[in-house]
Amino acid sequence: MPAVSKGDGMRGLAVFISDIRNCKSKEAEIKRINKELANIRSKFKGDKALDGYSKKKYVCKLLFIFLLGHDIDFGHMEAVNLLSSNKYTEKQIGYLFISVLVNSNSELIRLINNAIKNDLSSRNPTFMCLALHCIANVGSREMAEAFASEIPRILVAGDTMDSVKQSAALCLLRLYKTSPDLVLMGEWTSRVVHLLNDQHMGVVTAAISLITCLSQKNPDEFKTCVSLAVSRLSRIVSSASTDLQDYTYYFVPAPWLSCKLLRLLQCYPPPEDGAVKGRLVECLETILNKAQEPPKSKKVQHSNAKNAILFEAISLIIHYDSEPNLLVRACNQLGQFLQHRETNLRYLALESMCTLASSEFSHEAVKTHIETVINALKTERDVSVRQRAADLLYAMCDRSNAKQIVAEMLSYLETADYSIREEMVLKVAILAEKYAVDYSWYVDTILNLIRIAGDYVSEEVWYRVIQIVINRDDVQGYAAKTVFEALQAPACHENMVKVGGYILGEFGNLIAGDPRSSPLVQFNLLHSKFHLCSVPTRALLLSAYIKFINLFPETKATIQEVLRCDSQIRNSDVELQQRAVEYLKLSSIASTDVLATVLEEMPPFPERESSILAKLKKKKGPGAVSVTELEDSKREGGELNGGGDRGQDTATMAASNASTPSPSADLLGIRSTAPLGAAPASAGSLLVDVFSEAGPTAPSAAVNDDGFLRFVCKNNGVLFENQLLQIGIKSEYRQNLGRMYLFYGNKTSVQFASFTTTVSCPGELQSQLNVQTKPVEPLVEGGAQIQQVLNIECLTDFSDAPLLNIKFRYGGALQNLTLKLPVTINKFFQPTEMTSHDFFQRWKQLSQPQQEAQKIFKANNSMDTEVLKAKLLGLGTALLDNVDPNPENYVCAGVIQTKSQQVGCLLRLEPNAQAQVQHTDSPERVSHNYSSIPNFLHYLSPYSVNI
Amino acid sequence: MQFMLLFSRQGKLRLQKWYVPLSDKERKKISRDLVQTILARKPKMCSFLEWRDLKIVYKRYASLYFCCAVEDQDNELITLEIIHRYVELLDKYFGSVCELDIIFNFEKAYFILDEFLLGGEAQETSKKNVLKAIEQADLLQEVRIFLYHQIHLL
Repeated sequence: MPAVSKGDGMRGLAVFISDIRNCKSKEAEIKRINKELANIRSKFKGDKALDGYSKKKYVCKLLFIFLLGHDIDFGHMEAVNLLSSNKYTEKQIGYLFISVLVNSNSELIRLINNAIKNDLSSRNPTFMCLALHCIANVGSREMAEAFASEIPRILVAGDTMDSVKQSAALCLLRLYKTSPDLVLMGEWTSRVVHLLNDQHMGVVTAAISLITCLSQKNPDEFKTCVSLAVSRLSRIVSSASTDLQDYTYYFVPAPWLSCKLLRLLQCYPPPEDGAVKGRLVECLETILNKAQEPPKSKKVQHSNAKNAILFEAISLIIHYDSEPNLLVRACNQLGQFLQHRETNLRYLALESMCTLASSEFSHEAVKTHIETVINALKTERDVSVRQRAADLLYAMCDRSNAKQIVAEMLSYLETADYSIREEMVLKVAILAEKYAVDYSWYVDTILNLIRIAGDYVSEEVWYRVIQIVINRDDVQGYAAKTVFEALQAPACHENMVKVGGYILGEFGNLIAGDPRSSPLVQFNLLHSKFHLCSVPTRALLLSAYIKFINLFPETKATIQEVLRCDSQIRNSDVELQQRAVEYLKLSSIASTDVLATVLEEMPPFPERESSILAKLKKKKGPGAVSVTELEDSKREGGELNGGGDRGQDTATMAASNASTPSPSADLLGIRSTAPLGAAPASAGSLLVDVFSEAGPTAPSAAVNDDGFLRFVCKNNGVLFENQLLQIGIKSEYRQNLGRMYLFYGNKTSVQFASFTTTVSCPGELQSQLNVQTKPVEPLVEGGAQIQQVLNIECLTDFSDAPLLNIKFRYGGALQNLTLKLPVTINKFFQPTEMTSHDFFQRWKQLSQPQQEAQKIFKANNSMDTEVLKAKLLGLGTALLDNVDPNPENYVCAGVIQTKSQQVGCLLRLEPNAQAQVQHTDSPERVSHNYSSIPNFLHYLSPYSVNI
Repeated sequence: MQFMLLFSRQGKLRLQKWYVPLSDKERKKISRDLVQTILARKPKMCSFLEWRDLKIVYKRYASLYFCCAVEDQDNELITLEIIHRYVELLDKYFGSVCELDIIFNFEKAYFILDEFLLGGEAQETSKKNVLKAIEQADLLQEVRIFLYHQIHLL
């Protein structure tokens, strides 16, 4: 318990915080908080008017509770009241509460904006700063609408206090980031630029952030800032460490401002004016020189501040990429840091050198550090530093050092951290291909990759080695020999079997002369792996076998015998069975000529950008890749499948008597496995999504998804309702198509103006789902309802939901609302009936980890059979009776219809009534790799729970 | 800067400041994941890491971790010194600051941060000027000082 020694500020608050800290358990804490919430609520609701102090205290307690992670749904009004208090501390707490807990409730925003307006015009600098801080913290569009035109005036006015100018500059920056269309500098531009000359260093420090951001967007309008920035920088760099008084930080003059100035200059090309450029080069040289001087202090703060400027200067030098002398000096400086005892400096040096490696002037200089970097890869104790070393090796690789670098990366892979293995594999594969002089080295490298890190070798990597082997006849014999040897290993990775099967099926004849690798030996070797492999690999092997019959007629009898055996010809997997039956038939009725035509060697693949490169770019996330590159990689993905399609052409003859058009009729199964590659562990990290949503073009209102889950198992109902608006929904789906009717009802008696709705498919969804609609009438009369029709087409598997953004004006205030539209993958289910025997046979075949998802969840309410059944039917599957031997269990089957493919799903729900647990033992099995299923079960689970 | 988090060795959040609009749910998820990631790191490791598409800069002071998420083009070392300057400001204001000061006077910690950083950018880097602004405000209210026995951050 803290002792209060002087005054008692908010004693009640301190006591409350102590109480919370003394709680022994989470339950006790929640109990204490609920008690406090009840107390505060009764105080706020009580008849007696609260004085300002009590209001402040309670608002502060609510804030504390919120910051502990609990929801707060009242007290906003009291906080707003505090804003208009003339006591500074009450106002301050009110603003803090608003800043932390802002709510887009329009009534409240209007009141808050009123209070801000009063404080901005109060001419009291402390109040003005508080108001500006609040705008900068909230940064909502409503605030931008209200204040974006006022703040530039405050910023440049001659009589504004320095501290207010600082807040105004950064406040404007925040508004510009959220609503660039509302912040118009126009007439203020030149006066804002001249803030770089301000006498007060703090004003310059704040203003330069604003200027940098504006320059990035409108470089021409702000280009006069370059010469001002150079002269300011020059004055700082040449000043003695004491000149700048309190802006000197551990003997380094104005490090923050220096970094920001160097950063601003990176928005522009090198200055054209010779004098300005000369001055700047001088500055950069001085900064590089200072790095060699003995430190003025042993404190880490001194060296950090000094090196922060140095790294920013190096960034500028790299950005200009025009001063060979500076580039080489920068490289040497970074070279010193590579061996520095400070891990942070080693990390940054590796990172910075990566960009230096791509400059023609410094590429050679970077290469001289190869041994140090390799050593870092081997000895650094921190994985994030090793990752940087691997990146740098990749960046500095060229024809002269590729063999060494690839060898080092391969040997590192054996012990590499799991988190970076996949990326390392891609990088090795790319370097091996890019710098291969002789392709036997390339083949060796990729096979080594599969041997060392088979699990991390994605489809793209092994497709690529096959494309290259097929296209280059000088390497085919070597490839056949090498895979044959690799397959001799007692335990070899399934990816090795795939590559081996494909290559021997095409080019096994090239090594068949050697009795040690005669046709039968080759076949027996492949077939010895068959039983350990998954269905897609087995399918590929069956195709290799039929190719063998063509290549080596002497193997025909043996292979036909294999195809004829029950485990093939009666295999419960449709694909395998079909291949076995058709290949057997083909081999027995077709003449040698026909066989030779159908099973001809694969024609060369068209030359194109490596599919792995595209994958690596994709992995780097949207931040690092431009839109065009992303499109390229998408197209690349398409072409990859296209490559499979050509195989399909060859196969169509073989499969001409196929009764069902199979999506994986491709001879070697590339097509059937393609979806896995096409849907890489959608690493679209949360932040990427989140921040792209937060971007200037996206709605600022948070997505409301309350109504969303309720529609997983039903198609009609009320999606959203508040005091103003009700949105109803009616939808119907057939095959991969759907139609959704949206009904917007105006609940008020006042007209909604500028009513617009936008449906968007964020991110990946764009290519997965096609949603079309016509704009609605912009006016919705009071009490009226308007209708909008959406046509939906499911192109392929998807997991996100489309967003519906609604904007309209109600009584002058802009309303902005974003909802998730309840379009989920299960809407495209077609129920499938099957017998118990069929069900379990299929169930057992689907045993790959990626074909299965299991979830155990607790039911909140009683598990009523009828309700559960209704839910499962609502999901879109067929509910199968008398299938599961245990009558308590529910089993379902259905086929998801998308434009590109059809995917069968089996589901089993095992309720455990005693434990009130829905134990779903292997609840979901799908016949193809199906990336959405786990998500989709999430939809299911909260829903079944909310019965 | 996109956000700043202060948390204890036990993973309890002591201060959170967000400079980009995110829903409450997203904030909670980000803090949970990031706190876990950082607490799993060993001492002496690098103060920087790539996390999702952000750069994380963090430093531990006694029992408290200070952690900033900055964008790709931002300078890691200067961010590290932003953290240090903030700790210095807290230290100067509270007089040998410790974790309990920040728990019991969380509102002060927010006010000081707002004077120093605004909208994720350095507003005023002079220690004297920041503290002057805070002290002026304090003149307008009763001062309270708590005494604790705890490890000081600096």
